[in-house]
Parts: sequence; structure tokens; C-alpha cells
Amino acid sequence: MYRYDAIDRAVLADRTAEFRDQVRRRMSGELTEDQFKPLRLMNGLYLQLHAYMLRVAVPYGSLDPRQMRGLADIARRFDRGYGHFTTRTNIQFNWVRLEDAPDILDALAAVDLHAIQTSGNCIRNVTADPYAGAAADELEDPRVWCEAIRQWSSLHPEFSFLPRKFKIAVTASPHDRTAARVHDIGLLMRRGRDGKTGFEVIVGGGMGRTPYVGPTIRAFLPSDRLFSYLEAILRVYNRHGRRDNIYKARIKILVAALGAEAFGQEVEAEWAKIGPAGDLPQAEIDRIRNAFTVPDFKADPSTGDFEDRRAREPAFARFVRNNLKAHVHPGYGIVDISLKGIGETPGDISADQMDVVADLAERFGMGEIRSTHEQNLVLPHVRLEHLHEVWKILDAAGLATPNINLISDIIACPGLDYCALANARAICVAQDIARRFETPDRAEAIGELKIKISGCINACGHHHVGHIGILGVDKKGEEFYQLTLGGSGAEDAAVGKMLGPALPIDRVTDAVEAIVEAYLKERREGERFLDTLRRTGDAPFKEAVYAEAH
Amino acid sequence: MPRLIRLEGERCADAQDDFVTLEEEAPDPGGDIVVSLARFLAEEQALRDRPGGRVGVRLEPADEVEALEGRLSGLTLVALAFPRFRDGRPFTSAHLLRTRLGFGGEIRAVGDVLRDQAGFMARCGFNAFEPADGSSAEEWAAAIARHTHVYQRAADQRSPAFVERQGG
Repeated sequence: MYRYDAIDRAVLADRTAEFRDQVRRRMSGELTEDQFKPLRLMNGLYLQLHAYMLRVAVPYGSLDPRQMRGLADIARRFDRGYGHFTTRTNIQFNWVRLEDAPDILDALAAVDLHAIQTSGNCIRNVTADPYAGAAADELEDPRVWCEAIRQWSSLHPEFSFLPRKFKIAVTASPHDRTAARVHDIGLLMRRGRDGKTGFEVIVGGGMGRTPYVGPTIRAFLPSDRLFSYLEAILRVYNRHGRRDNIYKARIKILVAALGAEAFGQEVEAEWAKIGPAGDLPQAEIDRIRNAFTVPDFKADPSTGDFEDRRAREPAFARFVRNNLKAHVHPGYGIVDISLKGIGETPGDISADQMDVVADLAERFGMGEIRSTHEQNLVLPHVRLEHLHEVWKILDAAGLATPNINLISDIIACPGLDYCALANARAICVAQDIARRFETPDRAEAIGELKIKISGCINACGHHHVGHIGILGVDKKGEEFYQLTLGGSGAEDAAVGKMLGPALPIDRVTDAVEAIVEAYLKERREGERFLDTLRRTGDAPFKEAVYAEAH
Repeated sequence: MPRLIRLEGERCADAQDDFVTLEEEAPDPGGDIVVSLARFLAEEQALRDRPGGRVGVRLEPADEVEALEGRLSGLTLVALAFPRFRDGRPFTSAHLLRTRLGFGGEIRAVGDVLRDQAGFMARCGFNAFEPADGSSAEEWAAAIARHTHVYQRAADQRSPAFVERQGG
């Protein structure tokens, strides 16, 4: 974890004091709701269907046990005893009161957390690989760069009133677990010919009503030139991004309008004018790197009774198969904690469960917790000799669902149950599908299959990049759902293709099942759903879903 | 007449505004005037030669500050318009005027100018403000001084956190 210094804490304290003053002015009537709206949005406070919602930043998805307990405390004192992890790796509290907001921000600041720039037309929380610092396949820990970006983008004087919101993802692994190609900027760490690190720079990906897989505008940017380059991209966007139409204001529209090459040339020209004066000094990068605590890994590959228990206990073996990933250090594993219990709301977690995760991270996880853009949690550093005990404790807390990357590991936005923008519900659709496929053997036999559900075209549920995407639409006051197939947010990023006419809510789960059955019939040895679909095209699936209708 | 607040060093004070902003075709009334960028470019020499008054230029968000490159000497004031406070382009315009074009005169925020943006404006190089929300010079000074530390280099003289940390 990055350890805040006195300066980082002072920035949070000043910001909280500023917002307390703004809330006071709103409550006294000095500010109208119109004037207050942009101010509260810059502090993550939304007015939703039923209540205010506070979105708390989890910078690049990293939390320590003290922070997780702080979130549990807020859930109990100011909400209804739970919180909701989002696709931006943040956590939302859905039932807060305006007058409590400053106190919540104080409680957050006490554990080095905040809600700065979790909304508004500014640079939002950076997405990082949730396995950063643990993944066996990464070049170096991308969180150093994420923290540097967090600081650079916090209260940026020039880039806090952009045409629209702005999201950056950073990964240092060939397996993209950040959906970098559908971010405003995706930074993929590469090793240069001289052995030094740099980034492939992708700009203008995105979802929403006009989804794009972002093009690469620079194949290799030396890492020490990152900040002048980001400044150049943001300046070109701030000056030339559209401001006349909220739906055409994201950078993807500008990149698509100019073409990636012309856009890249504008950025390069601006970058040349900024020069190295816009870069962060190496000393500060080194300071940030050193401010990250490095877990004291034991050079001990022994795994205790891990293999033995795995051989004897099928339920444990299933958890290991689905929720454990390879760690860079022998003797350790990366443990995924599913927040997709069958019949639960994707991403929801109770205060008591937060405490359990905090305890586990402290006792067995070297004090680290991650949140993922797929709305799950991760304990990145667990010794395999402890895994059985960790699993037992997770299981007792309802947190051991062995379904990572399986059909019931569904992303869903809050939808019409909470959100003022939604056209249709998303949570109950996810719950119904998860129940249909709740038999673990069946889910495992189907294999990797990512379903993503959005309750409106804003695509917070990432339906465009779902292997099966489900989009809620309103048809004369009734909830209908459009299915898309073939999307991916990973290194093989793609936008899903619409399968056919939208379906009423009571036919969605049947349609998903028909798609799955068609896949099982068509698939060849070793193919995932996506592989089969890419080979066969969507004809067999269209037939399966729509045949009966004729 | 809107209130004018000037920032000098860390102090904000109410200031006398001698400038009159001219409509596009309006005749020159003499004295200190502010004209649009188009008018300035069209009548530059005449404006420079006019006796007994200073000249300022007003830029709308879409106007490119680079048009003033090499033309800033003798200009006292550049007014940057915020038609809506959410339009962030004038922040970039101010930044470039200060850091790239080397403008040392007054950069004034006009239009939908709110004190909750004071800190950002000061950091981008604005040093005069016509608040649209009735806020006072004291409130502007407090808003500008709100944050003890800043993370980025900008157009002002403040040391960013990464310099402070190196003891700079």
C-alpha cells in the first residue's frame, strides 16, 4: 500500500473543509441546488431516485484492512449496513443524508480515503490491474504510476472542467484485467529495446451509446515522459472536445472525428511544446515507489496441507480451481473473493462481510485488499498453507462463491432500483440468471462466460464488452432487453454485436440459456464461449434464441 | 457594473474597473476599452495608435490564444469569457497565455465566474475576476488560500508537492 505523507493528508483535510462549507451554504439556502450540483458532484455526491448516494474513491482498487473497517463503520453509521462496489473499483453508499455527508468525508479522511473526483467532468479514479504486485506475469507494479496519476490529476487546475468525465487505466501485464481499451486513456506497460519500461498509449476507447475499442496513438512512450504526454492529451481534449452535446463530449468522439492518426499528431505537436518540463522528476517517482509497503514475502515454497485438502475436499478444490490465481512468489496465491453470491446483488457487501475481509487481509493477506472492475474483491498475497482456513472463514461469511469468470460472475449496474438515469432494472436480471445456473458443476462445464448488464445506454454495466451483453431499454413504459454477443474488455477487446430484437424481461434468462445450450452443442475441445462464437458467427445463437418465435 | 476583484500576491481586493467592453460594431468612446479578438486582429494598428487609453482583448472559449502570439506587447488586459462556468477552455487559455506566450498583464475571468473556481483560476494565471455570484474579495482570498498544498506545476508560482518533498 502507498503510505500517505503529511502533504497527502493535508490535501484531503483542506478538501473536506471546503466541502463542509459548501454543504453549509446549500443547507442555509445560500446556494441553490443548481449551483450546488457541480460542487457536490466533484465530491462524489449524487442525488438518486430515493436518496443521496456517496461514491467513495478506492484509488486504483487498493485498500488496507483499516480502510475496509472504516468503510464498514460508515455503512453501519450512515447507511443501511452495506455498500456497493462499482465497475470503477469504487464503493457507493446508496442511502446517505446530505447533512451527514461532511461527517462521512471526515470519517473517510481519518483512514486516508475520500470521494474527490468520483463524479463530474474531471479525471476520475484510475483503474489498475487488481493483481498488481502479485501477478506472475507483470513487468513491474503499475500502482506506482497509478498513484502518481492520482496525485497529478487531483484538483488539477486546468483539467477539472473537461468536456466530459475522463478515465485512465494502467496495466503491466499481457493479460488485461482493466479493460484498458475501453477507457479514455489505456496505458499498457511495455519493455523498450533499451530494457527500460514505457507505455503503449491507447486513447479514445469507451462504452456508452457510441462504443469504441480505443486505437493506439503511440506504440511506446518512455515512462519518464508520461506526465507531459498526459498533459498534451488532456489539453488537446480540453480545447477541442465537443461541449455542445453531452452524448458527443467524450474524447472517443474527438478521436473518431479527427481519426486516430490526426489526433495523435495533434498530441505529439502539443507534447513537443510542453517538453520535459511537464514531466514528474525521477526523484518523485522513486519516492512514490518507496512509499509503497512491500510485503515481506517468505522465500518458502512449502504449501502445508494445501494439496492434501484439495485432493480430499471437493468443495475446497472447486474454490481453488475458480478463485485462486498464480502468484509471482512460490508458496503464495492470489485469492478472488466473489461478490456475486447466487441471488445476491452484484457488488454488494455487508458491513460484517467487510470486517471479515479486513480481518483475513490482516491475518493471512499481508494487509492488502483489492477491488476489481468486475465488482469483486481480491486478497493478492495469501500463503497456500493458509488457504483452507481462509476459505472456511470466507464460506462462513457467504463470501466463498466459487464462480470467478463463470456465468454467474455477472457485472450489473444499479439500474432502475437506484439510478435516476436507468430505463430498466439490471440487478434482478442478474439474480435470475445466476439462479438458473447455480449448479456449480454446470457453471464450470460452461466455463469462462462473462455476462454484463446495463440498465440504460450509458453502459455502466459494461454490456458492450460482455461475452453476452444485456442492455435494458424502455419500450412504451415496459422493460425490454437487447442482447449482444462477442464483446470483450480484455486484451482481445471487442464491442459486442446485437443479436436481434429486444426481449421482454421474462424471456431474458431463457434466451441466455438457449445461447449457452447452442454453445455447448457447437463448441470444440478447449474452446471458451467467445472462441466458439468467433468461429461460428452468431447464426447458431440467433437461431437458438429467436427460432421459437417464428 | 459587475464587481472587479484583483489578486496581487496572495491578497484579493476590490478594484476600480476603468475598462469598457465594446460591442462588435460599437464606436470607440475613448479611454480604456476591451474589444473582441476579431476586432483586435482587424484593427490592430489603429488600436495601438489610439491616444489616451489602454486596450484589452476579450477571448471567447473557442478563440485560440495563439492568435495573440507576438501581439501581446502593449496589451494591458486579456479577458477570458466563461459563457457557462462548466466550460473549462478558458483555464487552458490562461495557462498558455502565461506559460507559453509570456503574457504578464491582467488576465481577467468574466462571465459565469464563481468563487468555487477561484483556486483553479488563480493557479492557471488569472489575476482578476468579475464574480457572477456576488462573492466578496475576502471570500475570493479565502477560496484561493484554501489548499495548503498543490500536486501539480501550474502557471502560478506555487511549489508542487513533489518539489516541497525534495525540500525545495
